[in-house]
Formats: sequence, C-alpha cells, structure tokens
Amino acid sequence: MIEVRDLYKSFGKVKAVNGVSFTARDGEITGLLGPNGAGKTTTLRMLYSLLPPDSGQILIDGLDPTRDSLAIKRTLGVVPDSRGLYTRLSARENIRYYGQMQGMKNSALEQRIEDLVVTLDMGDFIDRRTEGFSQGQRVKVAIARAVVHEPKTVLLDEPSNGLDVMSTRALRDYILSLKSAGLCVVLSTHIMQEVAALCDRIVIIAKGRVAADGTADELLERSGANSLEDAFVQLIGTEEGLLA
Amino acid sequence: MRGMLTVFKKEVRENMRDRRTIMTSLLIGPLAGPLLFVLMMMMVADKVGEKSEELLELAVIGQERAPNLITFLEQQEVQIKAPPEDPEAAILAKEEDVIVRIPEQFPEQWLAGEPATVEVIADNSRRNVDITIRRVKALLRAYGGQVGVLRLQLRGVPATLSSPLYVKNVDLSTATSRAAELLAILPYFLMLTAFIGGMHLAIDTTAGEKERKSLEPLLINPVPRWQIMAGKLLSTTTYALLSLSLTMLAFSFAIPMIPADKLGIALELNWGTMALVLLVVAPVSILASALLTILASFAKSFREAQSYMGLVVFVPLIPSLWLMINPVKADTWMMAVPLLSQNVLIYELIRGEAVSMAWFGLSILSTTTMGLLLAIIAASLYNRPRIIFGSG
Repeated sequence: MIEVRDLYKSFGKVKAVNGVSFTARDGEITGLLGPNGAGKTTTLRMLYSLLPPDSGQILIDGLDPTRDSLAIKRTLGVVPDSRGLYTRLSARENIRYYGQMQGMKNSALEQRIEDLVVTLDMGDFIDRRTEGFSQGQRVKVAIARAVVHEPKTVLLDEPSNGLDVMSTRALRDYILSLKSAGLCVVLSTHIMQEVAALCDRIVIIAKGRVAADGTADELLERSGANSLEDAFVQLIGTEEGLLA
Repeated sequence: MRGMLTVFKKEVRENMRDRRTIMTSLLIGPLAGPLLFVLMMMMVADKVGEKSEELLELAVIGQERAPNLITFLEQQEVQIKAPPEDPEAAILAKEEDVIVRIPEQFPEQWLAGEPATVEVIADNSRRNVDITIRRVKALLRAYGGQVGVLRLQLRGVPATLSSPLYVKNVDLSTATSRAAELLAILPYFLMLTAFIGGMHLAIDTTAGEKERKSLEPLLINPVPRWQIMAGKLLSTTTYALLSLSLTMLAFSFAIPMIPADKLGIALELNWGTMALVLLVVAPVSILASALLTILASFAKSFREAQSYMGLVVFVPLIPSLWLMINPVKADTWMMAVPLLSQNVLIYELIRGEAVSMAWFGLSILSTTTMGLLLAIIAASLYNRPRIIFGSG
C-alpha cells in the first residue's frame, strides 16, 4: 500500500509537483492520469526514491523512501519512463543482471526467469541479444527485470508508450494478473482507454495538483459527463495535452 | 560489495562483446605506441647512417683560387663539382645542401699569411643537412690545422706552441644512458595507453548508460550508488590496466627491433625492468579511469563524451613536455606529483640507474591516493539528479 501526503517538488521556479496526495491499495490498480508534463513522472521518481521531495510524506508498506531508500527499492518493482536495455546482452542476461542486483540466489533466479519467460511469452527471443528488439519485446524485458525479485508493489510509468495493439493487450493482461495476485499496482498514463480498461481508482493530476480522485463511476458522477474523456476534460478544465 | 562485483562483472563481459572497445583498448592502443616508437627509432638510425657514410658531393665556387685545398678535399674522398649559377637560390631551393665559396681575395690573404676567408653557405634551419655541414666544416678545419702546423715548422717554431689549450672530450654518458635520451618518450606512450585503454568504458558506463536510457532503471536497484559507481570504475580500471600490460608486452617485442648498434646505443630492457615499469605506471590507470569517468559523466551522449576525451589525452603530455623543455635532476618532491613521478621513475629505470624503494612507494602512494580521490568525486556525482536525468 502506498500513501502519499502533500507532496511538493520544484526545479528552480518550476513547481513540478504542487501538493499531491493519494492512496494506492493492495490488490488494486491505481492510475495516475494527466496530460504530459503534469507531474506524474516526478511523483513516481519520488516514490522510487530517485528524487527527494521538497516536502510531504510518502509511505510504502510503512517505509519512507527518503529514509529507507534501499529497503524501498527491494519491495518495489519499477518500469520507469526510461527503459533502455543493454544491447550487447541477451534478454536473459539483462533480466539476470537485475536479479543479481536484487541479491537473488542463482538457482532461485534462474527458476524465476523461466517462469517469467512463460508468463510474458518471451520464449522466442529470451536468448537473443536485445539489439534490434521491437518495442513490444523491449517492454516485456523491461517488465521482467523490474519484477524479477517478486515485488509487492509495482510502479509503471507510461507502460504502453509506443506499443502496438497486440503488445498493449498482452501488457494489460499482465498488469491485471499482478492485481489478481494481490499486488499494489500504480501506473501513470495519459491514455484514457488504458485507465478505463485497467484502473480501479483514478487519480487525475494536472499542473502538479490532484484534480480529482476516485473510481471511474465516481468521476463520471461528480463531473456529470457522459464519458470518461469528457469527465477528464471537465475536471482538469482544459483539453491541453490530451491529444499527445 | 555484492552489488559492486555484479556491476563489475557485467561491465567487463558486456564490453568484451563490443568490437569498438576491443579495437581501441586492446588492439590499436597497445600496438600503435610501440610501432610508432620503433619506426621513429629506425628513421633516426637511417638518417644518421646515411648522412655520415654517403659520398660527399660538394659544389665549390672559385676552385682555381685554392688548388691545394681542392686537392686536399679530393684526397679525403670529397667529390668536387661545379657550382650552380646562383648559389644562394640553389640552397634555398634545396637543390644543394652545402656550397663552399672561395672569395676573390683568398689568394692574396693566403700569401700574406692572413686568415683567408672561406664561406660555407647552408641553411642551418634545415635539420637534415646538419651532418653534412658538420662534415664540411670539419674537413676545412683539418686543412687549416695542417697548413698552420707546416707554417710554424718552416719558421722553426714547435707547432705545439700555438695550441696552449688542448680540450679533451671525456664523455661519461654510457651507451645505455644515451639510449635513454631517445627512450624518454616511452613514459608518455605508456601513460597515454592507460588513458586510451579506459576511455571507451568510461564513456560506455556513464554517458552511454544515459544515452540508451538504462541509467535510471539501474539506479532503482537496491544497491548503494557508490557501489554501482565503484563497480563501473573498477571495470574501467581493469581495461586500462589490461591495455597497459599489452602495451608493455608489445614494447618488449618491439624494442629489440630497434637498430641499437647503428645508433651507437645499448638497449637492455630485461623482464625485471619491464615489470618494474609496469608497477610504476599501474596506478595511473586508476587515476585515468576516475578522471575520464568524471568527464564522461557530464556528457549526455556518447558523442559529447568523446569530444571531451580528445582533450584528456593531453593530460599525460604535460609532465613529459615539461621534462623535455626543462630537464631537471630527479628529486624526491617529484614523486608526490602523479604523472610526473612516473615520467621521472621510468626514465631513471631505463637509464639503468638504481632507484630507491622509497621513491617507488611514494610515487605509487601519491598516484593511487589522487586516483581514489577522483574516484570518490566521480561516485558522488551520481547523487545529483542533474547527472542522472540529464537535466532538472
């Protein structure tokens, strides 16, 4: 479970995150929805302790990223916005590297990679060097290495960016399987359909603030709109960034 | 330490698969230095041999004014030839190396017993005619000396009377120390190799990670950042050391190819000396790796980093140049200065001088300390968001 209270972060004069609060529960998928530049990535970076917040509090399963950075990183599985692979290593070696960095023992690690090959359907390319991989293959490897240590909480930053229809479907199925396994999943996106298809709770972020927070039905009710898209536009008060 | 080792092993393995790394660090780097060095020595040897042995053809203006001098020169196996129309122009056009002019007043001065002027026309700035000029002057001096002695004897004066001073050259440089003059450039080649050997990894592990967007996910692993950076630095240092060792090996094969006898020098670099030289240069690889890593960390892409690296190769050149311009006696304080101490120590070693153990220790200690200090700076850079995310 993730609890975020009054999070602030600015870079110089730019207030990237300007008072964000939300809660993400276990066994649920929480979507951070917002136009590009709304502060989603910065919020996530503070969650996985790569950026210290200026003020506010974060608790992930009772741990504070500013104080227990290493412990947090052990419980988190993160697929950040940058998900470059090592092109001179095979997919398996890429995943193995992260497993070793997580401190996994050899036999357990190899077994876990085999399991992931099946779950994420990577059999065709697992032992190929990742040079020239398709976007879909790359995202699969990035997810596999992020969850190789079986984290309790999974954070995904715009996971379906650049994916084709089939890969997006496979990705959604996998995210839903994480939810049914009881994990706490947080994903950031600017794609409406993704939120509608996946998320139990939606946190709409605009200009560094939480514009609305609730289930899809609650958001529709509150805005009085007919579709989630209309609701989104009404709640953030602009169409800017929606078409990105 | 587990994290550090994991990073180290991965970087070493990954870069072993990179053809560019293998080419620059382990092939071109280690071979280029020794090859260049041997070629240089061979050219020097050729020039020396050629110029002092080849037949001297000398254009003389006004041959008829000094027939005895001409006979003397011919006896010394100089081939006398007719002068060109415009001697000055011929020299400047490099058609002639040296031209001797016997002026009109020569016979007059000669008969009057006054010093008779003989002009040696040459362009002294042309380095390759040095030896020819020296040969011509030596011959003219010899003739003058001979005639002088004869004149005194005719007047019943012992010839020795006109030589109140006899300057004798006592050259204490041994053949080995003369070779060292030429080998003085060796430390530079070696240190340059340490820099070139680590260059590719320094870029790949920092700017390269940023460019392929793999740095951020890497830092989300539960390993302290200093360990990640230490692993990276360790792998860079390993490649630098490997490159250095290969260069030493290449040198040990290349040096016997230098025509030492032609140069009149002795080159004896045995395995013991080689090992000591390697020991002296080894700490430079830590220093080089840390310095290169710091620079590459500020770059956002491989290309940008490479443009910074171009300047770094001048760093090991500074002390070598300083010593070349300002040859000073080796002193203890120099051992505390990284890069300078290696220059001095290697120079002393190949000159066959005994060097005190304390100097070795001080040089290794100061260079390693400096290297570790830079390594700490490199590692601490990765606590800054600006370095990780490129901006912001």
